[in-house]
Amino acid sequence: MSPVLSVCDLKKSFGGIVAVDGVSFDVNEGEILGIIGPNGSGKSTLFNCILGQLQPSGGEVRLDGRPVTGMRPCDLNRLGVSRTFQLLQVFPQLTVRENLILAGQEHKGTMLSRLIGRRDAGLSVAADQMLGFFRLDHLADEPAGGLSYGQQKLLDAAMAFMAGPRLALLDEPAGGVNLTMLASLRDRLKAINTEQGSTFVVIEHNMEFVMALCHRILVLAEGRIIAQGDPAQVRRDPNVIEAYLGH
Amino acid sequence: MRRGRGLLAGIVLALAAAFLIAAPFGFKPYGIFILSMWAVMTIAAIGLNLTLGYAGQISLAQAAFVGIGAYITAYLTTKGWPFWTTYLIGGVSCFAIGWLLGYPALRVQHHYLAFVTLAFNTLIYLVFRNEEWLTGGIYGITKIPRPDVLGWSMDSPREFYYFCLAHLALVSLATWWLIRSPWGRAFVALRENPMRALSLGVDTRRYTLMAFALGAALGGISGALYAPLVQFVDPTPFALGLSLNLLLMVVVGGSGYLFGPFLGAIVAVLLPEWLRFTQGFYLMGYALLVMILMVFCPAGLLGLVDRLFKPAAKAARGTVAARPDAAAQSDSAR
Repeated sequence: MSPVLSVCDLKKSFGGIVAVDGVSFDVNEGEILGIIGPNGSGKSTLFNCILGQLQPSGGEVRLDGRPVTGMRPCDLNRLGVSRTFQLLQVFPQLTVRENLILAGQEHKGTMLSRLIGRRDAGLSVAADQMLGFFRLDHLADEPAGGLSYGQQKLLDAAMAFMAGPRLALLDEPAGGVNLTMLASLRDRLKAINTEQGSTFVVIEHNMEFVMALCHRILVLAEGRIIAQGDPAQVRRDPNVIEAYLGH
Repeated sequence: MRRGRGLLAGIVLALAAAFLIAAPFGFKPYGIFILSMWAVMTIAAIGLNLTLGYAGQISLAQAAFVGIGAYITAYLTTKGWPFWTTYLIGGVSCFAIGWLLGYPALRVQHHYLAFVTLAFNTLIYLVFRNEEWLTGGIYGITKIPRPDVLGWSMDSPREFYYFCLAHLALVSLATWWLIRSPWGRAFVALRENPMRALSLGVDTRRYTLMAFALGAALGGISGALYAPLVQFVDPTPFALGLSLNLLLMVVVGGSGYLFGPFLGAIVAVLLPEWLRFTQGFYLMGYALLVMILMVFCPAGLLGLVDRLFKPAAKAARGTVAARPDAAAQSDSAR
């Protein structure tokens, strides 16, 4: 079986700074892969290159064996790859439900059907289910900008799952979320992974969260993979200890 | 609470509609002319509100589209073409030119985009003024006929006023439909956070171009009504001043509110007429009023109404109106 996502020798430099320096890895169906590394190790840049927000300087990205290097983010998203960003990204003036409808509406029909068709693009039920799943149902009609930070973070994640993606790339989903919310977020992600067989790649600084959630972990430092393996292996790896404590 | 607001809004709308329908019976022809001009300018402002208020793409070229619509209608109807044909040509041409003008917006944003569109407005103005063989230059085009509707002549001021009002009603209805549809949601997403929208499958390129094209088409329709209303077109009204005025209408009325342009156009078209009694001071008074409004309520008149009725909306609406750079962090990705 071919991997869902396959990254081969990906490179990205900004002027003289090499942010991603020949990274290769595969992500298998149903896997939760964690990516950790010190600040500035190229994690977010790697995501941006995989997802078309940035054009990689070299290398290849394949989705289900098909080359998608440099494809536009909206086209990739419609192929079933969704993401969240490191900084919170919801639409503050839309209601919580409308944020979710927006996240799904471009995945079916045509521009014309979206103009003359139903206002909710037939997604109200799905949106409310997703809200129930993330325990945000009591906030459905509130403007997203009025939610607490943790709630917005949950909404942000919910939006990434609205279109039932094959692959979701989450950039620091736990950043700034309190402990109660964090447990709830981890449960939700695990549930989606087991129930829908969705595949995840997660960038995260919160070690406890990563160790509890991920099946396999990559460690990035200065744009290269310095270690990989299951959580216990990575924890013991001398290279990892060096990268985190060495400077 | 929500139902109460809806009911109140319904009553206000019904009263406004009744006033607009009854108004010509209480006004002299000049008053009716000014009201017709209000309706025509509101249509252009509704177009700009789509582009700027909903989709967040700044344009200082709306006057150019009003001009293009007006000149096409003026030129062709004086050559004997039927009004509705020229009306369609005006709208469709502006849609196409607006689409093309949208391309720079895919690369630049905010004040850079403002300058690109400003240059376009100036270019079109120069074409109107200098291409005498086509536009009549500074002498313009005169004796523009007013249309018939199913054999019923729209010649008198009152009939033409109703003609403009009917257009305004149809345009409002169509816009209302559009902004409630998934398109409206995608436009708002484009304004608030283009990078996130793109990552959710929203084809921001297509929606940006569409926002420009639709806004421009409404400008063209406004122009197609302007020409038979004034029955004379020359380059002066379509200079940059009108674009700024239309921008003022959108912002003062409440950018991103469906009925914002209606109020904005009252401020920009009717208020100066009412302030005439102050003679030389009216421009100063007018400027002062607008400045006070913008300082205390950057979300415009409807933003003020929203704030009075819904304290919770204050944070969400007010800050975004005052800080349009909220989405700027994502520009580098476009």
